[in-house]
Amino acid sequence: MNVQAWTFVMVGLSFALYIGVAIWSKARSTGDFYIAGSNVHPIVNGMATAADWMSAASFISMAGMIAFLGRDGSVYLLGWTGGYVLLALLIAPYLRKFGKYTVPDFVGDRYYSQLARIVAVICAIFVSFTYVAGQMRGVGIVFSRFLNVDVTIGVVIGMGIVFFYAVLGGMKGITYTQVAQYCVLIFAYLVPAIFISILVTNNPIPQLGLGAADESGTYLLDRLNDLHVALGFDKYTDGTKSTIDVFFITAALMLGTAGLPHVIIRFYTVRRASEARISAGWALLFIAILYTTAPAVAIYARTNLLTTITHEQDGELVDAKYEDMPEWFKNWEKTDLIKFKDLNEDGKIQYRGPKQENKNELEIDPDIMVLANPEIANLPNWVVGLVAAGGLAAALSTAAGLLLVISTAIAHDLLKGCIKPDLSEKNELIAARIAAGFAVCIAGYLGINPPGFVSQVVAFAFGLAASSFFPAIVLGIFSKRMNKAGAVAGMIVGITFTAAYIIFFNYINTDVNKPEYWLWGISPEGIGTIGMILNFVVAIVVSKFTSPPPDEVQTLVEDIRVP
Amino acid sequence: MTTYEKKRAYWRKNLQYLAILLGIWFVTSYLCSIVFVEQLDKIRFGGYRLGFYFAQQASIWIFVELIFVYAWLMNRLDKKYRADMDGVEESEEE
Repeated sequence: MNVQAWTFVMVGLSFALYIGVAIWSKARSTGDFYIAGSNVHPIVNGMATAADWMSAASFISMAGMIAFLGRDGSVYLLGWTGGYVLLALLIAPYLRKFGKYTVPDFVGDRYYSQLARIVAVICAIFVSFTYVAGQMRGVGIVFSRFLNVDVTIGVVIGMGIVFFYAVLGGMKGITYTQVAQYCVLIFAYLVPAIFISILVTNNPIPQLGLGAADESGTYLLDRLNDLHVALGFDKYTDGTKSTIDVFFITAALMLGTAGLPHVIIRFYTVRRASEARISAGWALLFIAILYTTAPAVAIYARTNLLTTITHEQDGELVDAKYEDMPEWFKNWEKTDLIKFKDLNEDGKIQYRGPKQENKNELEIDPDIMVLANPEIANLPNWVVGLVAAGGLAAALSTAAGLLLVISTAIAHDLLKGCIKPDLSEKNELIAARIAAGFAVCIAGYLGINPPGFVSQVVAFAFGLAASSFFPAIVLGIFSKRMNKAGAVAGMIVGITFTAAYIIFFNYINTDVNKPEYWLWGISPEGIGTIGMILNFVVAIVVSKFTSPPPDEVQTLVEDIRVP
Repeated sequence: MTTYEKKRAYWRKNLQYLAILLGIWFVTSYLCSIVFVEQLDKIRFGGYRLGFYFAQQASIWIFVELIFVYAWLMNRLDKKYRADMDGVEESEEE
């Protein structure tokens, strides 16, 4: 069978699996719909959380991004895993003990304020929509690249699948399909990674091959560094970002991770606070399997790429001829992910880094590192199909989790919590399903017509989560004295500062988006950390000068602190 | 001890665990992987540079372990707390 037939088979089988799981786990009550009836096993929840968390970006783009960033890529690896420590130690068990369904529930009750609830709802909806647009886009891209289907049709098919199990099954359906999706995506990620690891280092475990040496006794990382220097790049193991910027970006990603509502909400689905703790451990373990493989894939794929387009002759590095390029090179040229322009018309490929930029003849899209891996390593056609199914699993599982947050925020927090408190459970469930349906449609629309800012919204989503939810939740648990005025003032200052900084540098005055103009050299990606610190300071100062929270709230805080 | 004191003791112990574990978290992720990465890179074992290895591999595994250790410590503490509380309730009944 050819690649396309295999892709159809793999994608078709995985979709059939998700639909089957969804029918088996239909939601019957609001408890089922919002939090899967709160009786999910911690390991199952860990797996679902991992799938929920790892998006199209983690699966398709991350290894490539790291391959091109070198050591600076650590910000993503550390930022998107270290946040789970904060989540498990500072947030998840207490929110589970608190119970109820959502993050705005907690914020609204803890700060005895509809205003705080509404601020939280708006943040949750905004963060989730910006995020979900990217997932739908990812679905469309996988379809168009692997199956030659139009992006629009790809997004519509993806919407159909998500619509089916998110609207029908709610959190219960999503949880069990996410488990299936985790299995598909991790298998699809590891198979090509293991093969390329054997190809480059003779070691089947990608994480272990990193310190390996080749036949001549040269260590892999040293060889990659030498190649980089010869071609005018910085050494792979050296960074180009300033230490302070790396520090703040990592912190913003970690704090944002711990404050993202679609991640937090997953820990409402286990039975007890103690299960929420252990479940976060399982989640991070399942995530770590992919996140420690990614930097290895990045290094192998980068080495492989550079040794394909150059070769050594009498101890010197020589550019390879275009006509000698393997087939995958030409295949991916057709999709414009590889662009070669022979400037000096010598028939050779000069790939050069920033230090010899004017001589560079080759442009490579980072996504190729994962997408083309199976072909580069000469793997059978079914592996290519598997990678497509894995990319779809990653995108769909994240999209479903986000859509649930949006529908819960609208049906539970806004409609039931603010507008019509006497709504019956049956009607609330109907409202939640309608909201989920609408959210799928809007997400699909955003996926087909992506707003120009999709690439920068990651900074936005994490910055806002870090500067709003994280301090409000942590102070709500660890400070009994924290009151309504402090929390609301803190959230408003934190969000306003962070949003203003990001909007100014990314949209209003893009010419000055350079380190020398940034506040203390901190880029918009890292500014959420400062927003978070401001939030903490303002909240604590304001609460000192205003009256303490009512007794029942203090009792609530005492209650969530003990088992 | 009264119920109130039991609760306070439980919370104190929890905060103590948090301080230690988050301390390790900060040292591995921010100090070893970011601030002192260049100094640590001078230490090599085989093909690895220690700072780079911390930043792209070791920290992630340490994060996983921190959560499991915390879960284990807290389960132990929860058990002790429950046993103590049973004792309190009985003596209050008497």
